[in-house]
Amino acid sequence: MNIFDRMMSLDRRWVFLFLAAVCVITYIIDFQIPIRVENEVKTIHEFIDTLKPDEIVFIAIDYDPNALAELHPMCYAVMEHCFRKNLKVIITALSQNGPGMAEQAIFDIADSVKMDREYNGVHYKGREIRNGIDYAFLGYKPYFQLVILGMGQNFRLPFPTDYYGTPLDSLPMMQGVQNYDQVSGVIAIEAGNIADAWIAYGQGRFYFPLALGLTGVMGADYYPFLNSRQIFGLMAGLYGAAQYEELADNPGLAKDGMRIQVYAHLVIILFILMGNVGYFMSRSEKKRQGR
Amino acid sequence: MKHKSLVILLFIFCAFTLSAAQEDAAPVDTVQVDSILPPAPVSMLTAKDGENDHGHSITLRWELSADDGAGQNSVLSYEIFRWVPFFMDTLQSIQDSLEQTEAYIAELRTFLPRAEKRLKEYRKRKKPKLVIVIFVDSTQFYEDTIAASKRLLPEYEEQLKQLRQWRKQAIDEIPQAHTSYPEQGEWRKVGTALSGQANFKDVGVKERKSHDYMADHTDYYYRVDAVTADPAIRASSEIVGPVQSYGQLFNTGRIPVFVAVLVFCLLTILFVTRARRGAELYVRPLAGIEAVDDAIGRATEMGKPILYVLGLGTAADIGTIASFTILGRVAKRVAEYQTKLIVPCYDPIVMTVAQETVKAAYLDAGRPDDYYEDIVYFVTQSQFAYVAAVNGTMLRELPATNMYMGVFFAESLILAETGALAGSIQIAGTDQVAQLPFFIVACDYTLIGEELYAASAYLGREPILLGSLKAQDYAKAAVIILAALGLLAASLDWTAFINLFSVTS
Amino acid sequence: MRRQIPLALVFIFGVFMIFQYFVPHESSEWIYEFLLDWIYIIGIFALALGIWSLIRVSVAKIKARKANWGYPIITIAGLFLMILFGFTGYRDGSLGFHFMTAEGLSNPMFRNFFDYILIPIQSTMFALLAFFIASAAYRAFRARNVLASLLLVAALVVMLRFNPYMGPIGPYVADAASWLLNVPNLAAKRAIIIGIGLGMVATALKIILGIERGYMGKG
Repeated sequence: MNIFDRMMSLDRRWVFLFLAAVCVITYIIDFQIPIRVENEVKTIHEFIDTLKPDEIVFIAIDYDPNALAELHPMCYAVMEHCFRKNLKVIITALSQNGPGMAEQAIFDIADSVKMDREYNGVHYKGREIRNGIDYAFLGYKPYFQLVILGMGQNFRLPFPTDYYGTPLDSLPMMQGVQNYDQVSGVIAIEAGNIADAWIAYGQGRFYFPLALGLTGVMGADYYPFLNSRQIFGLMAGLYGAAQYEELADNPGLAKDGMRIQVYAHLVIILFILMGNVGYFMSRSEKKRQGR
Repeated sequence: MKHKSLVILLFIFCAFTLSAAQEDAAPVDTVQVDSILPPAPVSMLTAKDGENDHGHSITLRWELSADDGAGQNSVLSYEIFRWVPFFMDTLQSIQDSLEQTEAYIAELRTFLPRAEKRLKEYRKRKKPKLVIVIFVDSTQFYEDTIAASKRLLPEYEEQLKQLRQWRKQAIDEIPQAHTSYPEQGEWRKVGTALSGQANFKDVGVKERKSHDYMADHTDYYYRVDAVTADPAIRASSEIVGPVQSYGQLFNTGRIPVFVAVLVFCLLTILFVTRARRGAELYVRPLAGIEAVDDAIGRATEMGKPILYVLGLGTAADIGTIASFTILGRVAKRVAEYQTKLIVPCYDPIVMTVAQETVKAAYLDAGRPDDYYEDIVYFVTQSQFAYVAAVNGTMLRELPATNMYMGVFFAESLILAETGALAGSIQIAGTDQVAQLPFFIVACDYTLIGEELYAASAYLGREPILLGSLKAQDYAKAAVIILAALGLLAASLDWTAFINLFSVTS
Repeated sequence: MRRQIPLALVFIFGVFMIFQYFVPHESSEWIYEFLLDWIYIIGIFALALGIWSLIRVSVAKIKARKANWGYPIITIAGLFLMILFGFTGYRDGSLGFHFMTAEGLSNPMFRNFFDYILIPIQSTMFALLAFFIASAAYRAFRARNVLASLLLVAALVVMLRFNPYMGPIGPYVADAASWLLNVPNLAAKRAIIIGIGLGMVATALKIILGIERGYMGKG
C-alpha cells in the first residue's frame, strides 16, 4: 500500500485523535476570532433593541442538554439583552429536559444582570430580576403542538400555574396578558422538530413575529421560512450565537467556542483534501499500471 | 415750559413702554387662540363584526382626520370609546367579590391543615411546671383560630355559591343592559390607535368568567376621538352602532386551503377507484425499496440478524406510521427466511404497535412459533441513551443489514457511522430534512422524504395504496404548474391571480 | 369489532379536526379544546406505560442475569432516585413529600443530578457527532464524478464562510456561501418540504379513510 492509498483509507481513529488534539489546543490557547455579522441575526438583535421597556418578549427554551453547547450561549445572550432593556420575559420549556436548562439560564442571567455593565457604549445599571415581575417561567407541558395552540387562546389554558405552582393570574406581569396578542415577539430556541410546530401552529395561526435560534445542522433547513417571512430572524449554531454576542457587545461562550470550531473545520477540510489527493493519485496510478 | 416738556417726555416714555408690552403680549394671545381650536374629527367611521373569528370582537375603520400628523393642531393619536352600561360595574364588583371570596377560601384551606398539624405538635409538648407570665401558651391561640376558621369556611362557601349564581344571572343580562343606550351608561376608552392608523380591533375574550369578556349578540356603540398633544384638545367622531359580534361558521380567509384539500381528496378518490377497477398504475422504481429484498437475503446467507430502527417519533407521527407498514412487510420476509430480527424501540406505544405488527407478520408468513417478545423491545426515551444502546447492539450482534425508517434527529449520523463500522448494509428513510444529508453520506440507500410514505405502496403493490400515490404525484404536478404561473404573475404584477391563493387568518 | 371501532373513531375525529380548521365558531372551538384536554390525559397514560415497560424489561434482565445485567440496576436506581428527589423537599424547615410543587423541583439533589450527571452525559454524546462528522466527511467527500465534485465544493465553501483566515477572498466566499444557502439550498429544501407536505396529507387522508392501517399493528 503506497502513501496515496494510505491517505485514502486512513483509519478513522487517526482522524478522531487529530481532531481531539486540535480542539484541546485551541481551547487552552486564548485568542479571539473576528465575527462577521449576517442580516438574519442582526434583525433579531434590532428587534429586541428597539422594543420599549415593559414590552413582553416570549422566549421558548425548547432544547435538551445535548444542544447545550450551541444553544445555551444564544439563550444567555438574548435573555440578558432583554433584561438589560427592561423588557418582560415569558419563558417556556417544551422539551423534557428544557426546564432544567431554562432554570439554569435564568439563575445565571439574574446574577449577571445584578452587576453594572456597559454594552455598546451604553451603561446599564445592575438590577434585581424578580420572578413574576420581570419574568414568568411557565415550565414544561407535553405535546408541544397542543401547548403552542393552547397559548394562542390563552396562556392559562396549558399553563394555569407557572413552573413553581403560582397561578398565572397572581403574577403581576401576567395581568392583562392573555395570549400572543399581548406579546411583542417570540424567540424560539430549538434543537428539534418543535421549531416546525412554532412555525405551523404558532406563527401560521396567530401571526406573531417569530425568530428562531437553532443548531447548526438545522439552520440550513429554515432559510425557506426566512425567505417567505414566516420567521423574521435566524440564529444558526454556535456561529449564530457568536454573532448575537458580537452585536450585543457581550462576549461569552459562543465567541470562545468559535476559535475551536474554526480550527476543527480546518482539520476536517484538511482530511477531505487529503482523501481526495489520495483518491486522484491512486486512480492515476492504477490507470498508468492498467496501460 | 419745563414741566410741559417733562410731561411730554413722560408721555412718550409711557407710550413707548406700552407699545413694547403690547408687542410682547401679541404672540401669547395668538398661541392661546390657536390652542382652543379642536382638530378635524375622523370621518366615515364604520364598525363591523370581526371577520373569520369566534366572535367577541368588533373591527372599526375610519378615514383619518384631516389634521393627522399635520396642520396646526396635529393629531397624534386616536382614542376609541365604547358605550358601557353602569350594569357592567355591578358585574365587575360581583366578579371582584367572587375572586376575593375564592382567595379567602383558598387561604383558609391552606391554613387549616397546617394549623392542625402545629396544634398537634404543641399538644405533645410538656407544659412547664412553673408558669411564668411571659410564657405564651400557643395551644389556645391555635384552637381558637382553627375553630373560627372552621366556622368561617362554610359561610364563605355559601357566599361563593351565591356570588356565582349572581354572576351567571348578570352575565345573561348583559345584552339586555346594553339596550338602555344612551341612558344608564357612559363612554369608556377601550383602546388607542396611533396617528396614521385607520383601524382598530376591539377584542374581548370568550370566557364568561373573565374580566375581559365581550358578549356576542349584544348592541355595542362606538366613537373615535382624534387627540392632539394636549389630551384636552380633541374632536369626537359620529357615534356608530348598534353593532353586534358573532362567530362565523366558515373562515373565508382559508378558502384556498379548502379548495386544495377538496381537489386533493377528489384526486385520491378518483385514482383509488381506478386502481380498484384494475387500471395499471406506473410508479417509478426506488433503489432503496428494491434493495430491501436483497438486504434480507444477504442477512440470511451470512447468518446474521437484521436490525430495524423505527426512529424517535411517536405513534402519532406520519413517518413512524409509514415505518410500521414497512416493518410489517420486512418482518414477513424475515419470518419466511427465518432470519433473526432485532427491533429496539424508543417510545413505549410505538413498541406496543411494533410488537403487534411483527406478530401479525409472523402469523401471515405461517411461522407463529418463531415469534418471541424480545424481538421488539423498549430501550429508553432518552435520545442519546437510546443511541448508545442501539450502537452497543450493533457492535455486539454485528447485523448484516440495518434499516433506519422513521423520524430521526441528531443521532442519525452516530447510528449510520456505527453501522458502517460494523460492516452492515444500510437502508435509511426519514422525513426529517435536516438528517437526510447524514443518511445519504453514510448509508447505502436512502429514501428521501415522501419516498418513505410511498414505501408501503411500493412494497405491497396494493392497488389502493398505489392509487393514492398517483394522486400525490398529480397534486405535485399541479403545484409545479401553479408555482410557474405564480412566478409569471408576480413578474407581470397580476395581483388578482396572486390574491386568489393568499391565506389570511 | 376490534378493528371497526378504532377505524370509526379515527374517521370521526379525523374529519372533525379537518372541519374545525375551517369553522371558527365558538362551539367548534369548544369541542376542539375539549379534545386537546383528552390528548393530555392519554399522554399521561403513555408516560405510565413507558415507566412500566422500562421497569419490566430491566427486572427481567436482572433476574435472568443476562449479559451486562449490572446496567439495568443502575437504570432502575437512577429512575427511582430522581423520582424520590423530585418529590421531596424542605418546607418550613422540615423535610417532607411534596408532589408537583416548587419544593421538590428545588431539591438540591434533584438539581445536582441534573446539572452534574445528566447535562454532561448528554452533552458528551452529542459531542461525539463532531468526530463522526469528521470521519463521515473524510469518507464521503470524494470527487468521484461531477455531482460529487459539486457537493465537495459546496461543502468547502459553506465550511469556510466564517473562517477569518481567508484573506481578501473571505467576503467572496461568505457571499458565495450565502448564495448557496439562500438560492439552491432553499429551492431544494422547498421542493422536499412540499413533497413531504403532500405526502403527509396523503398519508393522513389514507389513515382517516381507513386505507392505511399500520398504526393498528395488524396492517
